Amino acid sequence: MRFIPHTADDVRAMLDHIGVADIDDLFENVPIELRRSATLALAPGRTELEVRRHLESLAAKNSAAAAACFAGAGAYPHFVPAVVDQILQRAEFYSAYTPYQPEVSQGTLQAIFEFQTIVSMLLGLDVANASMYDGASATAEAVLMAARVRNKRRRVIVSRAVHPHYRETITTYLEGAGLIDVVEAPIDAQGRTDGAWLAQNIDEQTAAVVLGYPNFFGVIEDVAAVAAIAHAREALVITATSEAVALGLLKSPGELGADIAVAEGQSLGIPMSYGGPGVGLFATRSEYVRMMPGRLVGEANDTAGRRGYVLTLATREQHIRREKATSNICTNQGLMSLAFTVHVCALGKQGIRNVALANTAAAHRLAQRLGSIKGLEVPFQAPFFNEFVIRGKRLDAARAAAQKSGLLAGISLSRWYPEFGDAALLCVTEVHEDSAIDALVRAFETAAK
Amino acid sequence: MQEQEDEQTPSGPIAGKQAGLILDEPPIFERSRAGRIGVWTAAAPAGAESVLPAELLRDSVDGLPEVSEPEVLRHFLRLSQWNYGTATTFYPLGSCTMKYNPVVNEVAARLAGFANLHPFADDDAAQGALATIWEVERILAEVTGMDAVSLQPAAGAQGELAGMKMVRAYHVDHGRARRKVLIPASAHGTNPASAALCGYTTVQIEGNRLGLIEAEAVRRAMDDDVAALMITNPNTLGLFEREIVQIAEVVHSKGGLVYLDGANLNALMGIAKPAHMGADVMQINLHKTFSTPHGGGGPGSGPVAVRQILEPYLPTPRVVCRDKTYAWSSDFPKTIGRVRSFHGNFGMHVRALAYMLALGGDGLKLATQMAVLSANYIRKSLEDEYHLAYPGLCMHECVLSDKRLEEYGIKTLDVAKRLLEYGFYAPTIYFPLVVSGAIMIEPTETESKETIDEFIAAMRAIAREARETPDVLHDAPRRTPVGRLDEARAARRPVLRWTKPETNA
Repeated sequence: MRFIPHTADDVRAMLDHIGVADIDDLFENVPIELRRSATLALAPGRTELEVRRHLESLAAKNSAAAAACFAGAGAYPHFVPAVVDQILQRAEFYSAYTPYQPEVSQGTLQAIFEFQTIVSMLLGLDVANASMYDGASATAEAVLMAARVRNKRRRVIVSRAVHPHYRETITTYLEGAGLIDVVEAPIDAQGRTDGAWLAQNIDEQTAAVVLGYPNFFGVIEDVAAVAAIAHAREALVITATSEAVALGLLKSPGELGADIAVAEGQSLGIPMSYGGPGVGLFATRSEYVRMMPGRLVGEANDTAGRRGYVLTLATREQHIRREKATSNICTNQGLMSLAFTVHVCALGKQGIRNVALANTAAAHRLAQRLGSIKGLEVPFQAPFFNEFVIRGKRLDAARAAAQKSGLLAGISLSRWYPEFGDAALLCVTEVHEDSAIDALVRAFETAAK
Repeated sequence: MQEQEDEQTPSGPIAGKQAGLILDEPPIFERSRAGRIGVWTAAAPAGAESVLPAELLRDSVDGLPEVSEPEVLRHFLRLSQWNYGTATTFYPLGSCTMKYNPVVNEVAARLAGFANLHPFADDDAAQGALATIWEVERILAEVTGMDAVSLQPAAGAQGELAGMKMVRAYHVDHGRARRKVLIPASAHGTNPASAALCGYTTVQIEGNRLGLIEAEAVRRAMDDDVAALMITNPNTLGLFEREIVQIAEVVHSKGGLVYLDGANLNALMGIAKPAHMGADVMQINLHKTFSTPHGGGGPGSGPVAVRQILEPYLPTPRVVCRDKTYAWSSDFPKTIGRVRSFHGNFGMHVRALAYMLALGGDGLKLATQMAVLSANYIRKSLEDEYHLAYPGLCMHECVLSDKRLEEYGIKTLDVAKRLLEYGFYAPTIYFPLVVSGAIMIEPTETESKETIDEFIAAMRAIAREARETPDVLHDAPRRTPVGRLDEARAARRPVLRWTKPETNA
C-alpha cells in the first residue's frame, strides 16, 4: 500500500521483537465476537489515477461551480491571489498540528499572532483569538461568552436580520446550556433591526444584543445607536459579519461600540468550497480576555531573550479546565486563518479598501439597474455593502432563466423570510465582469416583460 | 568579515547558536513601508468613495501591513521553515494520529468543481458534492457499524457537542433530560467540556490498576439520572476497554446511552465496530483517522454517527438519496438543528473520500494493523528504559512516563525538548492526566521501521543522558530557532497582538 511502508520482512521482525506470532495476536484484548463481525464491506483500494478520475467525475457534476456566482448569503466569490495557495500548499504548515512544542512551531505560532493582530485591527477591538470554526459557531460562542460576562441575566436578543444559519446555530448551542432565552428582534422597513423595538425591549435581564454587520440583507446596521441603548442597560453588543471584506471599508464594530465582534473570514483567502472550511474570527475588549473561548497565542521570550510565541492563557481551555472551560473547542481552523492572514497581508492597508470600494460600487450600480426594471424593486433604502434584496413578481422565473445562461442569480429569501413575498438576495464582488452583469440584467428584464 | 565572525563564534548546540544560515523573520508589520501593495487592485471606480455616506466609513485600517508580493511570499515561506509537520518529521503526537496526508487529497479538494461551488447552489447543479458527502457517510457507517451519519460538525469537539445535544434531545423526548454524564478520568478534556455545554454535570469514573474501566464501576455510578456514559475506546492510555460490551449493557439497562469518543478509531478499522460494542453515538475525526491535514490546528472535521434510535435527532439538513438523485432535506422535525453554517468542512470531506477510496476496505484494516504493530514495537523497545504506565499489549499508542528519570532531576518536559534536538517532534506530554508525567506516543501506520528505529534510538539515548549528563536535557532545545520560552511570564503579562514599537511598553 503506497502510504504504508511496512514490508513483509519489517512486519516479521517487529512481531518477533514484540514476541507475538502474528498480527492477530496484537488484538487479543479485543473480544473475539467483536473481531469476527468487523469485516469491512468496502471496495478494494484504488490507484492514484483511479482516485483522481473518480473525484474529477464528481467535481464535474457540480455545474453550479462554473456559473457566474451572484450569490453571497454567507459565502462569497472573491478573487484569491496565487500567493495565498502557494503558502497553503507548504506541507510544513498543513501537516503540522496545534503548536504544543513552541520551539519547533514558531511558523504556525507567529502566523497566528499576526492573524490575531489583523483580526483585532479589522474588528477594532483589543484582542482576537486564534480562530473559531466559522461565523455561525463564533456567533454562538459569543452569545455564550456574553452570558458568562453578564451571568445574572437570562435573555439574549438576536436580530431577525442576522444570517439564518447563525441564528439556528445560536439556538442549538443554547438549548440546554443554562436557561438563556433567545428573543428575536424584528426588522424595520429599511432592512435594519428595528431600533424602536430594541429601545423598548433591551432591559436589565438582557445579557446581549446580536446584530449582523452588514446584516443578512447586506444592509449596514446602525451599530452605534443600538450600542447606546444597550450600554445604558449594561447589555453587551455582539456584531456578526459574514462578509469580511466589508471590514476594510466600514467603521469597525469596536469603534461603533461592539463588545464582542465575530466574523466569517472566508471572503479573504478561502474558496467557497460548498460552504467550508472557512474561518471564524472572534475579538473582544481586553477586560474580557479571560472569558474568551478558543486558543490564544502570545509573545514570549526564550532563555536567551529572543522574541518568540507560545500558546497562552490555556487555563480557560478544555484540556486544563475540563467541564469548567470557557468552551469545548480544541481543533480550530488553523490553516484557514493562515489563508486569511496571507491574503490580508497581500492586500495591505490600501488593497483591502480598494477591493471593498470596488464591491460596493459594483453592487450599487447593479441595484440601480435592476431597480429601474419595471416590476422589480429594491425594497430596502438603508445603505448596503455588496449585497442587496430585490423584490418582484416573476423573480423565480428570472432566476431560472439566468441559470440557463450560466448565472447563479442570487438566493431566494422565501425559505427564511416568507413575509417578504417573492424576494431574492444578490451579491456583486470584484470578480464579476461587465458581460456577466449585463447578462444578469437582461435575464431579469426578459422575465419582467 | 562574515567568515571571521563565524569562525570565532562556536557553532552547534553547545553555544546556543545554530550552524548554518539563520534567518530572523520579524512580524510582518515590521516589514511594512507606506505605499507598498502586494496585489494589483484596480483603483476603485470613480465616485466609489461617495457611494456610501462618509460617516459609515473608516479610514484605511490602521496598522495593516504594506508589503509587496515577494515580501509576502518570503515572509510566510520563512515562517513555514520554522515548523515541523508530518511531511518533514516523524510526529508521534499521541491521541492526534499524525499520519501522512496524501498529496492527491490536496489536488482533489482544489478541483474547480468543488472549490468554486457556492453552498446554496441548487441541488441539481451540485450532485457531485452531494454524492461526495453521501459516499463518505456510507463508508463511515460501514467502518463504525452505525446506522446514520452527519458530516456537519466542523471538528471532533463539535461532533461531541452535536452527539451530546442528541443524547439530551432523546431523553427530553423520553420524559426528561436527566442530569449526569459519566466520564472516565482518562478522557479528553473535550468530553466533560462538551457535556457541560449541554447542561450536564459530569461524574468521573476511575480506571482499575490495569488502566481499564470495569463494568462494576459503571454499575455503581449508574442510575436513572445518568443520561450517558462518554467513553473513549481504545482509551487514552492506548488500551482497549475489554469490558465495553458489558459496560454498554449496564448503561442501557438504566435507560442511559453510550457516547463513544471516536478519536482513536485508527485502532479499530476492520478490527471492531463501535456499534457492536454498544455505542449509540460517536464522533469521527477525519483529520485523525482519514488523513485530512491537521493544518497547524485545523480545520478538522468531526462527523457524528448514530444508531437508529438517535437518527431523528441528527443535525440538519441531511443528504437524502432518491432514484440515484441526491438532495438536501430538513424534514426531520426532531433534529437538534444545525451546529454551524452550511454543510460542514466540505473540503475535508473531499480529502477524506480520496483517502478512503485509495485504501479501500483492506487498506483501512491494514492501516489499523500496522499502526498497532508500530505502537507495540515502540512500547516493547522502550519499556526497559522508561516506565510503562500500564504493562501489556497496547493498541495504536503507548503511554510512558518520567517515573524512572525523576531521581536524576529529569522531567517529561526535558525529554520532550531533548527529542526535538534529535530531529523528532515530541509525543503528547502530561496527558492523559491519570498518568503523572505522561509521554504518549502514537506512531501511526505511515512511518517506516527505519524511522521508528531511529526514534527508539533517540529515546534510549535520552534516557542514558538523563542518568549521565542530565544538564544536556535541562538546556534543550538549543538547535531550534528559539530556545525554551517563558510561558509563565507570557500568561502573566499577555501580549496577544503586535503593536507599534513606540507604544509597545
